[in-house]
Amino acid sequence: MPALLEAKDLHAAYGETKVLHGLDFTVEEGGVTALLGANGAGKTTTLRAICGMVRTSGQILLGGEPIQGSATEDIVRRGVAHVPDGRGTFMELTVEENMRLGSYTRRDTNVAADFDRMFGYFPRLKERFRQQAGTLSGGEQQMLAIARALLLRPRLLLLDEPSFGLAPLIVQDIFAILRRIRDSERVSVLLVEQNASLALAFAEDAYLLETGRIVVAGKAADISRDESIRRSYLGY
Amino acid sequence: MEGLIHQVISGIATGGIYASVALALVMIYQATHHINFAQGEMATFSTYIALTLINFGLPYWVAFFATLVISFVLGVVIERVLIRPMTNAPVLSAVGVFVGLLLIINSLSGWFFDYTIKQFPTPFPSQPMMGGYISGHELGSTGVTLAVLIAVYLFFRHTSLGLAMRAAALNPVSARLVGIRVGWMLALGWGLAAAIGAVAGCMVAPIVFLDPNMMSGILLYAFAGALLGGIDSPLGAVLGGFAVGVIENLGGAYIVGTELKLTLALVIIVAVLTVKPTGLMGRAVQSRV
Repeated sequence: MPALLEAKDLHAAYGETKVLHGLDFTVEEGGVTALLGANGAGKTTTLRAICGMVRTSGQILLGGEPIQGSATEDIVRRGVAHVPDGRGTFMELTVEENMRLGSYTRRDTNVAADFDRMFGYFPRLKERFRQQAGTLSGGEQQMLAIARALLLRPRLLLLDEPSFGLAPLIVQDIFAILRRIRDSERVSVLLVEQNASLALAFAEDAYLLETGRIVVAGKAADISRDESIRRSYLGY
Repeated sequence: MEGLIHQVISGIATGGIYASVALALVMIYQATHHINFAQGEMATFSTYIALTLINFGLPYWVAFFATLVISFVLGVVIERVLIRPMTNAPVLSAVGVFVGLLLIINSLSGWFFDYTIKQFPTPFPSQPMMGGYISGHELGSTGVTLAVLIAVYLFFRHTSLGLAMRAAALNPVSARLVGIRVGWMLALGWGLAAAIGAVAGCMVAPIVFLDPNMMSGILLYAFAGALLGGIDSPLGAVLGGFAVGVIENLGGAYIVGTELKLTLALVIIVAVLTVKPTGLMGRAVQSRV
């Protein structure tokens, strides 16, 4: 069985500035893969490259089929949900409308049941259902972004720094919910995080990025046990 | 007193026209952050299409709805062919395209349909209504514009396509990430704006008569209305349009006279921009530095 996502010799650039210099990585079906690295290593760009939001070369296979060069909305329609950095909230719209947009591409009738399941993970969203999304706190907006992405019924969930800018307690909450989601939703996750210990505890596989190249690849458990990697790259 | 009531009611009737055009302006502004200066000329061209269909022998309402469909398609085509390439262009290039579009459509109207002033039929009875305060056409056209405004409101509020169009205009990056085809949503917005303009053109033409420059003054009033209510607020623009209609009528009747009526629109524009640049219901745009 092929991996759910496979990148081969993936390059990406913003205009003249090259950011990724030939990445090879895979995301296994049903697993959590973490992408670690310092600021500017190219983590966010890797997620954008998968979604066709930056100019790329090389190959990206989703379930064995090439998706590179497709429009973002077409990649999304093939089952890739992206929780972007900054969370991508539709600030002017209500929580309800944000969630309805998550299920925009779906033609099935189970959306109402999925809304209820999201309220199970994130009771706050139910309380804030009619409220303008711009009035939510950072943590609530992160929850809304994850719910919006899951409502697509994706095969692959791309999470860009879900801990960014949040208080430690809220980060713990969100990762606890992400664990429940991993265990009960049929979705594979590619997680980008600066908080390496958090990410390694959550993921099965991990890649370590440094200035646009993969420098370490392996099982998350092995990487977190390897003191030299931890000291030289992860800083804890 | 009777005269005042009459002026207010007839102000509301013309205000409905301004409100429709103001709404069309706001719809395109929200998606592109530009004022479509050609909105009025597009509406005039649509009105000529309606007149051609009516002269061809079609019943009024058949011609009317056919015109809406044709205008919608033309609006979509204009967006795809002329506006799409301007997506990342500097502001002045975009303004140039909009002004160019205004002149081109204006000339096309004159070229296809000649410059003579034409009468345009009304589908409504000609006798006065409501105890003589309002003409049949004024009442009918107010009803039509209100119906259009309510339909547009319901469409954007309660359909998933309307929600997707709002999302595409508000946050195109996030809209793509939920699978919305943003380019097509913007094109649909242009189509809708063109169709709304067509309604305004057909409703105002029996009053002001049809010539290639029919909408130029109306666009100015509509723009004043949109600014008054807030250029980024559809509801504000609609209310602003009605308000400008009433102000214009009262001002023309009691203060400045008909000669200076158009100047009133400019006074409103300048006053709003000076005193409250975001309009009465608009929001200040804050950008992080």
